[in-house]
Amino acid sequence: MANIEINGKPLQVADGAMVIEAADNAGITIPRFCYHKKLSVAANCRMCLVEVDKVAKPVPACATPVTDGMKIFTKSPMALDAQKSVMEFLLINHPLDCPICDQGGECDLQDIAVGFGQGISRYHEAKRVVADKNIGPLIATEMTRCIHCTRCVRFGQEVAGIMELGATGRGENTRIGTYVERTVASEMSGNVIDLCPVGALTSKPYRYTGRPWENNQSKSIAAHDCVGSNIEIETRRNKVMRFLPDDNEAINEIWLSDRDRFSYLGLKHVDRLQSPMIKQGDEWKETDWQTALNYAFEGLKTVIKKEGVENIGALVSPSATVEEMYLAQKLMRAIGSNNIDHRLRQADFSDQDIAPQFPALGQSLTDLENNNAILLVGSWIRKDQPIIAHRIRQATRKGAKVMSVNAVDFDFNFPIEEKVITSPAQMVDSLAAITKALLTLTGKPAAEGLDDLLSNVKVSDAHSEIAKKLHGAEKATVILGTQAMLQPQLADLRALANVIAELSGAVMSTLSDGANAAGAWLTGVVPHRTCGGEAIVEKCGKNASEMFVSGMNAFVLLDVEPEFDTANPSVAMKAVNDADFVISMTPYVTEEMKAYADVLLPVSPSSETSGTFVNAEGTWQSFAGAVTPLAETRPAWKVLRVLGNIFEVDGFDYITSEDVREEAKQQAGTLNTSNKMQWRCPSSLAKSTDAVNRIGLLPIYAVDGVVRRSEALQQTDDAIPACVIINADLAKQNNIQDEDNIVVAQNDVKLTLRVHIEDSIPNNCAVIPQGVQGVEGFDAAYSEITLSTKS
Amino acid sequence: MIGYKKKDESKLHLLTEASLKEIDVWINKYPADKKQSAVMSALRIAQDQNRGFLTEDLMDAVAEYLDMRPIAVYEVATFYSMYELEPVGKHKIYVCTNISCMLCGSDTVVGHLSKKLGINLGETTVDGRFTLKEVECLGACVNAPVMQIGDTYHENLTEEKIDQVIDALD
Ligand code: SF4
Ligand code: FES
Ligand code: FES
Repeated sequence: MANIEINGKPLQVADGAMVIEAADNAGITIPRFCYHKKLSVAANCRMCLVEVDKVAKPVPACATPVTDGMKIFTKSPMALDAQKSVMEFLLINHPLDCPICDQGGECDLQDIAVGFGQGISRYHEAKRVVADKNIGPLIATEMTRCIHCTRCVRFGQEVAGIMELGATGRGENTRIGTYVERTVASEMSGNVIDLCPVGALTSKPYRYTGRPWENNQSKSIAAHDCVGSNIEIETRRNKVMRFLPDDNEAINEIWLSDRDRFSYLGLKHVDRLQSPMIKQGDEWKETDWQTALNYAFEGLKTVIKKEGVENIGALVSPSATVEEMYLAQKLMRAIGSNNIDHRLRQADFSDQDIAPQFPALGQSLTDLENNNAILLVGSWIRKDQPIIAHRIRQATRKGAKVMSVNAVDFDFNFPIEEKVITSPAQMVDSLAAITKALLTLTGKPAAEGLDDLLSNVKVSDAHSEIAKKLHGAEKATVILGTQAMLQPQLADLRALANVIAELSGAVMSTLSDGANAAGAWLTGVVPHRTCGGEAIVEKCGKNASEMFVSGMNAFVLLDVEPEFDTANPSVAMKAVNDADFVISMTPYVTEEMKAYADVLLPVSPSSETSGTFVNAEGTWQSFAGAVTPLAETRPAWKVLRVLGNIFEVDGFDYITSEDVREEAKQQAGTLNTSNKMQWRCPSSLAKSTDAVNRIGLLPIYAVDGVVRRSEALQQTDDAIPACVIINADLAKQNNIQDEDNIVVAQNDVKLTLRVHIEDSIPNNCAVIPQGVQGVEGFDAAYSEITLSTKS
Repeated sequence: MIGYKKKDESKLHLLTEASLKEIDVWINKYPADKKQSAVMSALRIAQDQNRGFLTEDLMDAVAEYLDMRPIAVYEVATFYSMYELEPVGKHKIYVCTNISCMLCGSDTVVGHLSKKLGINLGETTVDGRFTLKEVECLGACVNAPVMQIGDTYHENLTEEKIDQVIDALD
């Protein structure tokens, strides 16, 4: 501890802290541009100059460590004079085009110039101009305004993990940019908009649409991954203007992924359903809520009477709110059906009876940074959960070793120490091999059946290295990622990942798709467990896949587009089209819906309703609606409540969503964040076949209807189109060239797709993404396919 | 699109065997995990193998070889004036115009060279033989005014001396 004085105020400060930190903590303002608490110190703007007793010249507060007895003056004539001069220098080449600059009103340069500059400019010479370069659909550049603080450059190096922007040239000719025209590829790129202290980097989609002082802020929770990033929704006259990150050190710190930042564009898509609609004959007609709800009720009633209540099923988006989920399952169970599920993309349900209480990270997000070794299994974490990838990246900066067992050699933004890239099926073998290595390493007894299973397993160097690193780490984590959760080998992967975690003393983590899979499990939006996790043995309902495969007479869909949101779109679409009665509660209307649905009920996306998401840590985060629902749209929890009333079931007289949440939370019981499972030995390991296997990767911007409708996100390079990605060997075997259009057949369905050749794909595998436009007609995301060159 | 770079996108082949070998000498001078420390030498070597100037592809190749992001290499190459990013003449003439040389008459040196070669500072003669460049202090102020051609310093310049030096070049 050092005793210092700032402006005469005595302070106790940790040794080694910079003067600016001490001042910030004491609430003393020092102007700054390049210093940022989350970035390394660059000390290049010189705006933070202060006077220090016994030092002849002013010193930069951001790069001067405190020493005992230091006396600092931030407002002395010397300090003020220095700050004023720096400001004058900084403005020499600045265009002063505030009236046409989007940053106006939230610009550090503007604020600091007013606070610390002088009123008049003495500079009459020519100013420098910098030509702009297009760096993609998300960030607008106006580089003439840049003051070279290099925050954006350091962000790329230190946080995003890929340096895309740099400072080229020198002196007067310094420029910030990509040098060659290229789109920035980071899934966290939007954060430079917040970091840039001037109007050089601003939001392209938001450009020229508003001034910050016209906007209202409401706090909310991002709805596209299991992190639950805190956001501020900025609105103006009941319109959503933009999403910004809200500080929460425990979750997203000050960052926001591009998906969470720019998804709002999908909220105003033309597809938005404006009013309830019912289908009579083949005619769709708009109607009022009363009529639509009665029609829905009658329709379900008829099916129940004719076919029995076991023939209706409900499918709920994994990104629905706790309140919606809780009421959906309460209603279904009240009328006598357990057919409810949220695991729309899941392919393997065989271990659902022993599944943990909810897919949990098993530790806090902050704790994740303290790991020394992390094994990723079936995870493209950088794109699946960008904020969690950021935490892992911070762990690697502290020396953590990250390893990966994946079906694609993904490009991560942190170093990968060891990796095994195999076909999805053989990932099970790889985990078995790591298990074997761990058994040898630890000398612990093998669980039942494991010895037999492992007898023929070959342990490669990579496997034993992974085992060694996990075992040797003081704190380790095995992450079963979102891609693995969707693979048909889920049960085996999960069982072995659990054993690996146990043998190596690692924490087991599971990361699901959707914003609220945790909430779904906790509230019983699964066919085999109640809210509170009690097993339903008798009359266990059908899971999502069973409902689609066997078909149901009636479906209730809550924010589901089966052609995009399911593991097997062709089967799902057939099921909804064949059903007698389909109610779709949805924010959007599409031609497909009009073909299969009978009632369309416009329900709110998360910006228009109050609700709660439970993130992977198990943290419940509630939010209020930022704007009133569009046109006739209503929050889904209210719709479900009224449906409950129409069905005359008890306990549906909630007044607020808080009532629903409290009831749900109470019933959900105590949280168990452990992913430990009862051991169930995989029955066998993969048989090698010659068939080509599809890898139905779920891309970052395909995860839900809102994201899919955000035009700016869809223009980025991360918006992977319908295509087939294979490696050069497979291409050669089949006589296929890069960029060819080839016919891909899966069962009876044939599609013509563009080929991309990448070395990151294992042999005999082809990535054909799921959830994207153009593969709706396809079958299972992971299954055998054939490739042929003829169109 | 989803994974690491394709093999055929690699630009490593643009660096000659000899260049790579020379770069390795520099890499070996630094700790194994600090390969990027060799970037300045690597760029110089790449420039030398390519008639005295760097191309984007060559810089990418250096980035690849040293495990750096391309932009980090561009930063270095654009910062130092001794890296050329456009084609240059066979002989690069660097004239110092910094304070000592200026006081000792670098204006005359520049003027004479310009007239003699028919080009301004920053330009290359049409026959591609000479490029004239203004540089900062060459560190030979004692014998100002100074110019550097290739790796050789020419000091205490007078118009006659300049003529002698230039005329002796091929
Ligand atoms: S673009 Fe903005 S953040 Fe980047 S260096 Fe310039 S002023 Fe700083
Ligand atoms: S904030 Fe200290 S030099 Fe920029
Ligand atoms: S000023 Fe010309 S060599 Fe130093």
